[in-house]
Amino acid sequence: MTTTTPPLATGAARGGTPTTTAGRVRKRLTSRTATVASIVIAVVWTIPTFGLFVSSFRPEEQLKTTGWWTFFRDPQFTLENYQQVLFGRGASSGQLAGYFINSLVITLPSVLFPLAFAAMAAYALAWINFRGRDWLYIGIFALQIVPLQMALVPLLSFFSRGVSLGGVTLMPPWDLAGEERFIQVWFAHTCFALPLAVFLLHNFVSQLPKDLMEAARVDGATHPKIFRSIVLPLITPALAAFGIFQFLWVWNDLLVALIFAGGGSEVAPLTVRLAEMAGTRGNEWQRLTAGAFVSIVVPLIVFLSLQRYFVRGLLAGSVKG
Amino acid sequence: MEFDVVEQQGKLLMLLYGLVAFVVVVGGMLVLLDVVPAWFARRREARLVAASASGAPPPGRYPQREGIFALFFLLPAVLMLLIGLVVPAIRTTLLSFMDGDSQNFVGLRNYGWMFSEDSIVRVLTNTLTWVILVPLVATTIGLLYAVMVDRVRFEALAKSLIFMPMAISFVGASIIWRFVYAYRGAEQEQIGLLNQMVVALGGEPRQWLQDPPLNTLLLIVIMVWIQAGFAMVVLSAAIKAIPADIVEAARLDGVTPWQMFWQITLPSIKPAMIVVVVTISIATLKVFDIVRTTTNGNYDTSVVANEMYNQAFRYGENGQGSALAVVLFVLVIPIVIYQIRNLRQQREG
Repeated sequence: MTTTTPPLATGAARGGTPTTTAGRVRKRLTSRTATVASIVIAVVWTIPTFGLFVSSFRPEEQLKTTGWWTFFRDPQFTLENYQQVLFGRGASSGQLAGYFINSLVITLPSVLFPLAFAAMAAYALAWINFRGRDWLYIGIFALQIVPLQMALVPLLSFFSRGVSLGGVTLMPPWDLAGEERFIQVWFAHTCFALPLAVFLLHNFVSQLPKDLMEAARVDGATHPKIFRSIVLPLITPALAAFGIFQFLWVWNDLLVALIFAGGGSEVAPLTVRLAEMAGTRGNEWQRLTAGAFVSIVVPLIVFLSLQRYFVRGLLAGSVKG
Repeated sequence: MEFDVVEQQGKLLMLLYGLVAFVVVVGGMLVLLDVVPAWFARRREARLVAASASGAPPPGRYPQREGIFALFFLLPAVLMLLIGLVVPAIRTTLLSFMDGDSQNFVGLRNYGWMFSEDSIVRVLTNTLTWVILVPLVATTIGLLYAVMVDRVRFEALAKSLIFMPMAISFVGASIIWRFVYAYRGAEQEQIGLLNQMVVALGGEPRQWLQDPPLNTLLLIVIMVWIQAGFAMVVLSAAIKAIPADIVEAARLDGVTPWQMFWQITLPSIKPAMIVVVVTISIATLKVFDIVRTTTNGNYDTSVVANEMYNQAFRYGENGQGSALAVVLFVLVIPIVIYQIRNLRQQREG
C-alpha cells in the first residue's frame, strides 16, 4: 500500500498532519476544542467529590448555613469535623476510628483467602489432567452469574443454625458472637469472590507457555513445585490486579457486611456505619462529609497508586473473557 | 482525643488469627502436597530398585496420582463454592415456594404476591428503569469521552478524574450526591449545588429526593457517575487497539471524523461495547447501596435488591425475600445468554 500512495498522502499519514494551512488550523482547533471539552467534563465530574471534600474542612455552623462554594470568598478551615467523627465519644459522633479498624480487619483476609484458593484452583483447572475438568471449569464459570442475593438467607442460617438433615445434625451452628463474627464475613466474601477470581486467574495461568510446563515435568518437578516456583512468580501481575479489585470490592461493600457483620461497633465496617449515619443523622453534614472522606481515602490511595494494575485487571476480565 | 487502644485489641487479635489461619491453611497445603509426593516418589524408587534387582518388569506410572493432586488443589475453592453459593442458591429457590418462616409449602403464592402488590410492581418497574437507563447512558458517555480524550493533552489526568468514582464506595458516592441534592427552605441560603443552581436561575428549591419519579432518575445519575468511568477505560483501551493501518487507510480515503466514528471506530470496538453494557447491566440489576443510603427505598425509589433485603432481613419474610432473589437471578440470565451468543459469534466470525 505504501508504495502506491502519492507523497502528499504519505506526509499526511506519517503524523496525521494535514499539509494545507487551512487543514492544519482546523486540526489544531479541533484538537484544542477536544482538549478543553475533555478537561471541562473531567472537572464537572469531579465537582461533587470536591464539594464534599471542601465542606469536610468547614466549621459546622458555616457548613449548615452556606454553600461550600462560599468557602473561596470566606475561607475558614477546621479539622474539628474529622476529630469528632473519628474519635468523638458522643452517640451522635461517628466513632469511626474503630470502624476503620473493622474495615481493615475484614478486608485483609477477605482478599488473601480467595486469591490463594483461586490461584490453586486455576492451576489445577489449567494444567492438571483429570476427568471432568472441563465440566468443573464451566460450572465455576457459570456461578459468576448467580447474584449473591441468592445465597444470603441460607448462608446466614448456615452460620446461625448449622445444617441438619432429617433431624440429624450434620454441622453444628457456629454461634459466633462479638468479634468472632469477622470469621463469617471473611467466609462469605471468600465464597462470593471465588467464581470471578478463578475465572480471571485461569485466563492468565492457562496462557503460560506449554513448553515451560512440560520442561518442568520432564525435569521431575511435581505439581506443587511447578505451582510454587514457576506459576506463582509468573502470574504475580494477575494476582496484583485481582487483589486490588477484591480489595476495593470488600472495602466498599455494604450488603455482605450488613448481613454477616451486623451493625455493632465490634465488627461492622465503615460503610455500614456511614449508611447508618446517613439514615439517622442525614442532616449532620459536618459528620457525614468528614466520615465519607475517612471511608474514601484508603481505596482512593490504593486506586491512584496502583491504577495501572487495576486497569489491566479490568481489561483482562472484561475484554479477553 | 479519646481513642481506646485496648478496646481495639480484640479485633486486631482476630486479624492476627485470620492471617495465621491463612498461612497455616495455604502454607500447610503446599507443604503437604510437597511432602506426600516426595514420600511416594521415594517408595516408588525403592520399588524400582527392588524390581530391577529381582529382574521383574518395572511397575507402571500411576495416572490416578494426577487426580489426587487436582483434588487437593481444587478442594478449598470447590468446597467453599458449594457451601457458600451452590447449596444456598438451591435452598433459596426452594424457600421461595415456602412461607415467611420457611415452614409450609405455599406454591407460587410469593410470586403472585409480587405482581399483585402495587408497591412491589413499583419496585419491579423501578428496577427496569435502572437497567435500561444506566447501561445506555453510562456507555454513551464513556464512549463519547473515550473518543474525545483520545490523543488529547492531559489525557491520563482527565481519564483518572472520570475513572476516580470507581474507587469510591456506593455509600460514599451516595453521600456525595445527597449533598449535591441537599435542600434548604426557599428563605434560607442553599447548601446543595443543584438547588443553588436552580435558585440562581430563578427557580424554587425542591426536595429532589422526595418526589417520584424524578428521584429515581436522580439516583440513576449517581450510578451513571460511577459506571461511566469504567465504560470509558475499557472502551478507550479498545479504541487504542484498533490497528493503525486501518485508521490510516481510512484517513487516506478522506473520510470525515463523523464517518470515521460510525464506520471504523464503532464496528471495531463492538465486542468491548457488549462487554461493557453487559457488565454494567448486571451491576445495575443488583444495585442496593445507593438506594439504601439515599432514600432507604422510601418515596417510591425501591429496587429489587433493596426490597429483597427488607423482606428477608427486616420483616423476616424469607419466602418473599427469596422469591425476589430468584427474580433477580432470572433477570440476569437473558443478559448472560446474549453475551455468550455474541462471544461465540466472534470466535466463529
